[in-house]
Amino acid sequence: MADLDIAETFAEPARPTTLGWVASRASGWTVATIVVAALVGAPVAVVAAHLLVPSGEVWAHLADTVLGLYVANSLWLMLGVGLGVTVGGVGAAWLVTMCRFPGARMLEWALLLPMAMPAYVVAYTYTGLLDYAGPVQAGLRALFGWSSARDYWFPEIRSLGGAIAVMALVLYPYVYMLSRAAFLEQSVCVLEASRTLGRGPWRGFLRVALPLARPAIAAGAALALMETLNDFGTVHYFAVDTFTTGIYRTWLGMGQPAVAAQLGALLMVFILGLVVVERASRGSRKYHHTTGRYRQLPRYRLRRGGRLAAQVFCFLPVLLGFLLPAGMLAAWAVETGAEAVFAADFLSILGNSFLLASVAAVLAVAVALVLAYAQRLHPTRPARAAVRLASLGYAVPGSVIAVGTMLPLAQLGQAMGVMLIGSVAALVYAYLVRFLAVSFGSVESSLGKVTASMEAASRTLGQGAWGTLRRVHAPIIRGSLLSAGLLVFVDVMKELPATLIMRPFNFDTLAVRTFSLAGDERLAEAAAPALAIVLVGLVPVILLSRAIARSRPGSEE
Amino acid sequence: MKDVAREGTTCPAGLWLEGISHAYGGKPVVRGVDLAVAPGELVCLLGPSGCGKTTTLRIAAGLERPAEGRVMLNCQLVSGPGTHVPPEGRHVGFLFQDYALFPHLDVAANVAFGIEGLPKPARRQRVMEMLAQVGMEAYAEAWPHQLSGGQQQRVALARALAPKPRLMLLDEPFSGLDKRLRDQVRDETLHVLKSSGVSTLMVTHDPEEAMFMADRIAIMRDGRIVQQGRPDELYCAPADPFVASFFGEVNVLEGRVEGGAVATPFGPRPVPGLAEGARCQVVVRPEALHLSPAPDGVAEVIAARMLGRSSLVHLRVQGLHLHARMPGRFLPAEGQRLAVALDPSQVHVFPAADTN
Repeated sequence: MADLDIAETFAEPARPTTLGWVASRASGWTVATIVVAALVGAPVAVVAAHLLVPSGEVWAHLADTVLGLYVANSLWLMLGVGLGVTVGGVGAAWLVTMCRFPGARMLEWALLLPMAMPAYVVAYTYTGLLDYAGPVQAGLRALFGWSSARDYWFPEIRSLGGAIAVMALVLYPYVYMLSRAAFLEQSVCVLEASRTLGRGPWRGFLRVALPLARPAIAAGAALALMETLNDFGTVHYFAVDTFTTGIYRTWLGMGQPAVAAQLGALLMVFILGLVVVERASRGSRKYHHTTGRYRQLPRYRLRRGGRLAAQVFCFLPVLLGFLLPAGMLAAWAVETGAEAVFAADFLSILGNSFLLASVAAVLAVAVALVLAYAQRLHPTRPARAAVRLASLGYAVPGSVIAVGTMLPLAQLGQAMGVMLIGSVAALVYAYLVRFLAVSFGSVESSLGKVTASMEAASRTLGQGAWGTLRRVHAPIIRGSLLSAGLLVFVDVMKELPATLIMRPFNFDTLAVRTFSLAGDERLAEAAAPALAIVLVGLVPVILLSRAIARSRPGSEE
Repeated sequence: MKDVAREGTTCPAGLWLEGISHAYGGKPVVRGVDLAVAPGELVCLLGPSGCGKTTTLRIAAGLERPAEGRVMLNCQLVSGPGTHVPPEGRHVGFLFQDYALFPHLDVAANVAFGIEGLPKPARRQRVMEMLAQVGMEAYAEAWPHQLSGGQQQRVALARALAPKPRLMLLDEPFSGLDKRLRDQVRDETLHVLKSSGVSTLMVTHDPEEAMFMADRIAIMRDGRIVQQGRPDELYCAPADPFVASFFGEVNVLEGRVEGGAVATPFGPRPVPGLAEGARCQVVVRPEALHLSPAPDGVAEVIAARMLGRSSLVHLRVQGLHLHARMPGRFLPAEGQRLAVALDPSQVHVFPAADTN
């Protein structure tokens, strides 16, 4: 959910010079910003630089063998997931905001629940549910008297199609959330105009509401696709070879870091395309508000058949994306039993996850606060560029960041390198690179709550720059700092690829443990750590849902 | 506080701006402004939006550092070459257009923000004193978002005055209020400022507001002060057509100097100091046209409307459309002919070069 803020980081904030009085110290702040940004942007730059490195034999071999497959699979994934999240997300958003049917209110927030589910967790649960030994196929066999797989056909969950389905199920909320907000924003006059011009609800949706919401939909889909390209757990488990699995294999399996970096660089080109799409769609957004009049949205009354169809359409994603997998996990966890769960080193793994997540969250918020405040004091062009570079990490997959972090460390030489490689510090650094944009977006937008004249008022009443930060900014944005930290915390808890590549030897986190247990086909045992991740991930989703439930559509200002 | 300026023989008390220039991103917004506010005086900076008046105010507060010029406050140099006292070191009060109350502090804590240095009982007393002065003592515990615009403005005024500033700076302080409330708050603010005896520089684009509030008005245009003086001086002796038209609607007649005078429908007006044949503008306030019924009058009534205390008469005079304003109810019939007598004190002739 934090990922929404990435859009702000790509949009140039046009802000007039607010605090010109410290102009003499501008260079110091700008330099500090640039240094931080350079540190945070370094891994991305390292990987990007490998586009220019002459390709060796291994690369040629890769290109001959698997590269085509990586590209094809990644493209199919993007196409399938993109289609799925758009149809599902936009459809659900339209139905809950514009139509009246029983349960719409509840579905409005429940549709966010799948966000709490990491894709790889859903992938494991569906595999457990749907593969040959799973309860579904076993039940079918018992029912029809089939004895082996040769007697019937059942769709293979561990396939490209399965990966598309799983990712679409957990990623559609991005599109849902953004397009829902866009539908709510649309002036009711525009929709009424379309109705008086003879368009029915459906034509009105297709010809007016949808085009108006297009930028938001594109932005949501771009975010979902970035997550798709970032995914490692699902595609690895389903044995669908993509860039992320390729990077992992080339790095750890083949011991070819430079080639891994080249794969990463190629992947970043994909991402860059998405960023451009997202940015372009954001950029045109400001033209989409023609009038500022909002009233209670006129919700279409549906006929009985329509009501049922709407309910099914909106409930299915919640059921398949959250209720079913979460229920399955809970059942498995119960089946495994509390003793078995806690007898293992579950608590220490939980501790590891919490430690990493907390440290990364605190750091990310602190760095974001410094960057955002510096940028606000001195919105110079280089500072703005540096900040945008620093927030780019979010668009870059964790595996790429891991490669970009490890490569320079490895080249630092044994003395320094050994100390840092595989250390918790390097891991936290990678998290910071990847998730700084999340905290920065929240912090920057919350700083907007402190108006320029509030700052000026504090200054004329005798407080200096730091006193103002402490007595005015900090208390006003405290809540936002907390939620920024929470978002980073949850993202770190879920993060798999970077953790997998960079973690110290024998240092497991919940995500890594889930991954390795599931990889060993011990799905039931993987349930407990997976459930823990989901529970933590639920916290921000619940906060978001409550915000949505509180803001009654149409009554918003 | 009582540093003596070495340069001048007399020490300018109050606020003293000298040769102030400033630019944003290469675009000059203030060009060589000289302005003084004497102790206890209320000066209004009046001008259209974008004329640099707010920037001048922010320079006085120390919120901007001027590119050129000097700012002195009670004889102390606070801005100048190599010197810049930050806003927190200037001891000035600033009243913002959006009031800028701190949303995380209640009314009392907002007012107390600038007087942290005082011991607690004294602070409490000062807060209540200030709130009483603006009539908000009942709202000490309230939160800013619970207050109306007018109430927020009063709290902001109390907060700015609480530290007993050497200078008050007001940035369009009434523009957020609706008309009726604005008149009332304006009146109260004037009383509070005058009774506290603080020097005040206020920025506004509303000439009526400036005339209501100011001891002296400085009119700004394109970063320069065009004219300054008492409100009545500016109204009765404007320096150019811009100043004349800024204080209300005017009739503008074009003409040429012939024989030391310019011809108008109401007879020639003498033009001392203008070259023969030069083009000039005759600015006539609507009040300057005194109308009386006359069958062979020069003016024909197009329409007449009563606007409350006065009546506005639309006239056609020799193909020109002019407005005349008569006190009380004066509603001649359409098409009626009127004689016009001109009040020379409200007629101003300027060279035409400076078109507005």
